[in-house]
Amino acid sequence: MQYTLYTLLIYSNEVAMQNASKKDRDDILAAYNAYSEAMQKAGVIRGLRPSGMSTTVRAENGKTKVLNGPYAETKEQIGGYFVIEVPDLDAALSWAARCPGASYGAVEVRPDWPM
Amino acid sequence: MPQEGDEQAHLTAERVARGNYGKLVAFLVARTRDVAGAEDALSEAFAAALESWPGSGVPTNPEAWLIAVARRKLVDAARRRRAGDEAGPQIQLMAEELQAAANVDTDIPDDRLALMFACAHPAIDAGVRAPLILQTILGFDAATVASAFLVAPATMGQRLVRAKAKIRQAGIPFRVPDGADLADRLDAVLEAIYATFSEGWTDPAGTESRRRDLAEEGIWLGRLAVSLLPNEPEALGLLALMLHAEARRAARRDQAGDYVPLTAQDPATWNGRLIDEAERQLLRASKLTAIGRFQLEAAIQSAHVVRRRTGKADWVAIERLYAALAAITDSPVVTINRAIAIAETQGATSGLNVLATLADDPRLIDYQPYWAARAELLSRAGEAIEADKAYQLAIGLEPDPAVRRFLQRRRERNLPG
Repeated sequence: MQYTLYTLLIYSNEVAMQNASKKDRDDILAAYNAYSEAMQKAGVIRGLRPSGMSTTVRAENGKTKVLNGPYAETKEQIGGYFVIEVPDLDAALSWAARCPGASYGAVEVRPDWPM
Repeated sequence: MPQEGDEQAHLTAERVARGNYGKLVAFLVARTRDVAGAEDALSEAFAAALESWPGSGVPTNPEAWLIAVARRKLVDAARRRRAGDEAGPQIQLMAEELQAAANVDTDIPDDRLALMFACAHPAIDAGVRAPLILQTILGFDAATVASAFLVAPATMGQRLVRAKAKIRQAGIPFRVPDGADLADRLDAVLEAIYATFSEGWTDPAGTESRRRDLAEEGIWLGRLAVSLLPNEPEALGLLALMLHAEARRAARRDQAGDYVPLTAQDPATWNGRLIDEAERQLLRASKLTAIGRFQLEAAIQSAHVVRRRTGKADWVAIERLYAALAAITDSPVVTINRAIAIAETQGATSGLNVLATLADDPRLIDYQPYWAARAELLSRAGEAIEADKAYQLAIGLEPDPAVRRFLQRRRERNLPG
């Protein structure tokens, strides 16, 4: 069967996350651990970046700026992503629905095109 | 400022659209075999109604008015498609047939069941049957159907278009089959109705109104099937099953929005009226003496809710009913439930032995209920470490945050720290 790579982009409200109680944050973290574990057991996961360790680059007036952290112009930011390999979009959507981030923000599913 | 006539016209159009949309589509499709064409013509007819009814008043027979307009649109569309063709006589024939049928001034004939059988025909891909019924009988648009079944809207749109083309091109018949065919085909119709209900029922918090509506629409379709086939025990069984599940919808969440499993629910939070109705339908079905999957599943619900009178679920009956169900369905889902029942009657280890028969089934690797059941039974059997692994997988596979929280609490209780 032909498998396709999909990237699940997790949009979350980082401010709300920081304001959550420690117990809630622990729960969410544990849920993410369980989620990636389940994807590993099912053999679908190909890559991940679970938390905001990113750096943003932007060129303004010919001058390149490097900023620490994710691009933060909107309330909801990309908090992380998973890359999975599954037979079709429906399978990718069912994994996206299980992502803990789907219940707090949104998960965008993008197919990766082979080069 | 909207006139009173406007509002009346809108209300009437809405009432007809909601209650009779499927009936009108079915009527047109049964005479043209063209599902997409019938839907287009009918939506144009509804638009025309909203334009003309406020001025001219609502006609005495709104359905007949809509059918007459839709018929004209269908004939026009057929003429446009066949411009220059020698298809004149065929169009004429279709026009006359529609005319003759619509002239019966009383009630238009109800062809919804025939349409449902066409949508659930074996030649139609099983995954698109329920969506097709939702669209043709209930008038849901592709985006709504797609969202309910967790499929991309564009994909769902394509599948529906393909299925409708297949109905026309493959010449799928619009009739209620008889004899031996009926049993097989009815199964597919009932499956599709149940799929509709289940999609709605899986939104326990009721936060997504679309999904909540789907459960109601499923019950509505179930009642329709029973009213059109009053002597089919499985149709009655399905209705009983859905009513039982609906009766406990609210009980699945406590005040804080946390998940409450069936065995921990307070019977006072169940809807007694719906349970009584479910029991009546199941009794009616049992008098027809032909057992089937839906009757067995409804009877299992009965054995659970007997707790409202006796204080205890009838686990012996539940175990036997799951065994009977396993014999006719060969489904791993049934085996999982049988294992849980056996754990109640014979102990957790016996339940785990039944679950072990599924260990090599590759379909279960991402099936949450299997891992949740395994975790629970392992925990009860004192195998805390193995239980913890199973809990982790169950949590990772669960899309509902409230159920996820519930499993996290169970996991902490199983292996504190």
